[in-house]
Amino acid sequence: MSHLLSSLGFLFQGTGGAASTALESIKHPDLSKFLVIGAILFIIGIAGVLTRRNIIVIFMSIELILNAANLNFIAFSRYVQDTGGANPLAGQVFTVFIIVVAAAEAAIGLGIVIALYRNRETIWVDEIDLMKW
Amino acid sequence: MYRYIWLVPLLPLVGAAINGIFGRWFRFPEKLVGGIAVGTVALAFLISLTAVYSYGFGDNQQWPRPYVTTQAAFTWIPGGAMAQTLGYSQPGTAAGSLLNIEWSYQLDPLSAIFMLVVTGVGLCIFVFATGYMHGETGFYRFFAYMGLFMFSMLVLVMGSNFVMMFVGWEGVGLCSYLLIGYYFNRDEAANASRKAFITNRIGDFGFILAIFGVIATFGTAQYTEVISRAGGYPVESLGTWGLMSWIALGLMIGACGKSAQFPLHVWLPDAMAGPTPVSALIHAATMVTAGLYMLTRTNVIFQHSQTMMLVVALVGAFTAIFAATIGITQNDIKKVLAYSTVSQLGFMFLACGVGAFVIGIFHVMTHAFFKALMFLGAGSVIHGMHHEQDMRKMGNLRKYMPITYLTFLAGWLAICGIIPFSGFWSKDEILWNAASTTHIPLGWLVWLVGTIAATCTAFYMTRLMAMTFWGKEKFGKAHKHAAGHEVHEDHDTHGKHAHTPHESPKSMWIPLVVLAILATVGGFVGVSTAFTGGKYVGGKMNIVTWLSPVIWRPHAEVRFGVLEGTQSPPTSETEPAAEQAENHDTGFNLAHTVESRVGSETATEWVFIIISLIVAGIGIGLGLLFYLKSPNLADVWATRLRPLYLASYNKYWIDEFFGLTVTRRTMDLARGVFTFDSEVVDGAVNGTAWTTRLSSQITGLTDKYFVDGLVNTIANFVVRLMSPIVRAAQTGFTQNYALMMVIGLLVAVAFYLIKAF
Repeated sequence: MSHLLSSLGFLFQGTGGAASTALESIKHPDLSKFLVIGAILFIIGIAGVLTRRNIIVIFMSIELILNAANLNFIAFSRYVQDTGGANPLAGQVFTVFIIVVAAAEAAIGLGIVIALYRNRETIWVDEIDLMKW
Repeated sequence: MYRYIWLVPLLPLVGAAINGIFGRWFRFPEKLVGGIAVGTVALAFLISLTAVYSYGFGDNQQWPRPYVTTQAAFTWIPGGAMAQTLGYSQPGTAAGSLLNIEWSYQLDPLSAIFMLVVTGVGLCIFVFATGYMHGETGFYRFFAYMGLFMFSMLVLVMGSNFVMMFVGWEGVGLCSYLLIGYYFNRDEAANASRKAFITNRIGDFGFILAIFGVIATFGTAQYTEVISRAGGYPVESLGTWGLMSWIALGLMIGACGKSAQFPLHVWLPDAMAGPTPVSALIHAATMVTAGLYMLTRTNVIFQHSQTMMLVVALVGAFTAIFAATIGITQNDIKKVLAYSTVSQLGFMFLACGVGAFVIGIFHVMTHAFFKALMFLGAGSVIHGMHHEQDMRKMGNLRKYMPITYLTFLAGWLAICGIIPFSGFWSKDEILWNAASTTHIPLGWLVWLVGTIAATCTAFYMTRLMAMTFWGKEKFGKAHKHAAGHEVHEDHDTHGKHAHTPHESPKSMWIPLVVLAILATVGGFVGVSTAFTGGKYVGGKMNIVTWLSPVIWRPHAEVRFGVLEGTQSPPTSETEPAAEQAENHDTGFNLAHTVESRVGSETATEWVFIIISLIVAGIGIGLGLLFYLKSPNLADVWATRLRPLYLASYNKYWIDEFFGLTVTRRTMDLARGVFTFDSEVVDGAVNGTAWTTRLSSQITGLTDKYFVDGLVNTIANFVVRLMSPIVRAAQTGFTQNYALMMVIGLLVAVAFYLIKAF
């Protein structure tokens, strides 16, 4: 639990330091900043998926989740490049894959949405409850 | 040669087996079937002839000769140590002796005579049957049964112990059943065969009890040993019932059944439903004399029981007169001959009963000749008349069937007792022995009854001759099948009745001629001593000499009664017989009374010979008067003596009496038992089944409604209780499921984090 608290503390790490340090940290953000932003994106996406009724919005939220993941991959790729670890291209390659998959998914998903709308004349997910029993 | 006597029964059996097994498969032609049957019997006859010759007349034989037995071919029934449960122990019958029943054949004077009669007369009848049965369906079957019968009969007379005799006894009974029922598609024949079989069963029951008695008493079933041991027992006087009397009673019941003595005679007249050669062979010449064979074989036992001797004599005498009076009124030619056979068998029993076993066997022999002859003659007549058996539709057949007529004439004279035909010698000897007997009381009564029966015999035989061969032709008339007359049209192969009778073929009249010769001269082996000056001539050719080793002779001190010179006063006739026997007195003796008048025994015998000739003449004369000279006399007298006539015509209602008292009652009993079975036994079974079914229904219903109901109720309850909860989780909203995934994810992460710290 203390680890979790310290992770949350990253956001306020730089604020306690000098202004230059803060500027520097904005110019050259370290890994934690990316991860925090990725997490925020992910949570926004999740919340959108779970709460919105419009299926288009849900799609967009899903894109947010995917992009949160992409951001993480990129951030770690850079981090690995900086620290001189394993092959930094792996993360980038994964990101490209995810973008392709997201594009395909968007195409199919929007097709489904159109078909759905033609059948049900609605895109509100709370009206689409045929999956029960 | 007598070592090969085992072939004698075997040969007919082989012939029967070949005919019976292959005759149908390979569709043997009649000539082949007949050839096999006749050939085997002829061979058996030749072997018997040579065996008997070498036994009796072989070189330097002493006489009487010990019995020859084939070395026990095998121990048939190996027994264990046995205890004699009856009788007393004798020397030579050590306790714990083994009872082994052998299968071996015995050759002695008695079985020799029977072997020759059975195979010899049998051969004639077989030859006759090949002609008579020509064209019948089942020709092979007939000869298979006949061969089987020959085998059984030969086992009966040649076996060396009681058990073998019983085997033959049952075997001939079976063959009799099969052959009476030969025309099994006719009700009459089928019923007659059953009647014969069942009636014989009653006799067999007595016989087998007697065999048990013999084994329990003597510890063996071999004749030779039984005879030697039985000789040591005391003679049981009249009115007492000792061991010997009981055994003799059982044997007598068996003999009554097989030899058709009153009251078990009812099957024999009905047995005429079989083919005529069967009637000749089985129901006249051989099988029915098996009772006589047994009586003579066991004469030692009978002679030890004065009571049974008297019973045998009285039964024989009663049967003789009883059947003879029935024979007077019968219209079916074979029925007349059947009652004649019963009557003649009664004469033989009479002879045995008065102690003249030899004469009984002599009469068996002569009777076999002349009765087989007459039956075959009747068969020839029936054949010539196209299966007509009613004598009222015959007449003047001598013109059409001369050979049958001449041979029948010999038989007629023989049975009437005309000198010198064979029947005279034996019947006269029987009556003489009855009159002069010292074995039993009431000899005079037996003689009187026998003499009357002989008169009746002459009368009805003359009637038969007159109606069949003499008088007017009556077959030309239109056939009217009157009520009460048996209809025999089924197996008539000649199509519509051609009304002219014809002589029979050669295969049928040659046996007739042979038997006619035998019936004429066959009596000379037993010429009465009156003709020869009081001694038995001819040596071993004389039947009395020949058979004497078989007959048990009591020692002088054992012999009861005073032989000579005793005449009771006439008043003693009315005294009870038992008291007389206690006084060692056989009562009024007719012969002795006469002898005291005429002086010598030979003269006395002559008196009786003349009496029997006179009564035969009376019978013949009356027959001629009634049925030839003035045929309406018969009807007149039938009306005049209507009750007697009806009684005789209806066979004294014996069949009806038995039907009412025995058959109906047995069937009632059977019905009662059936009712008990169907109601009580089946009821119990069905009740059990019903109860089981009821209980299973209850169990089933319990299971269905109670157990299943409980389970269903609980299940329903659970379903109804739980399903809203479970169902509520399934909202159908995608987001709910996504939320679950997220929650799950969070839980997983949380779990991971908690675990990490």
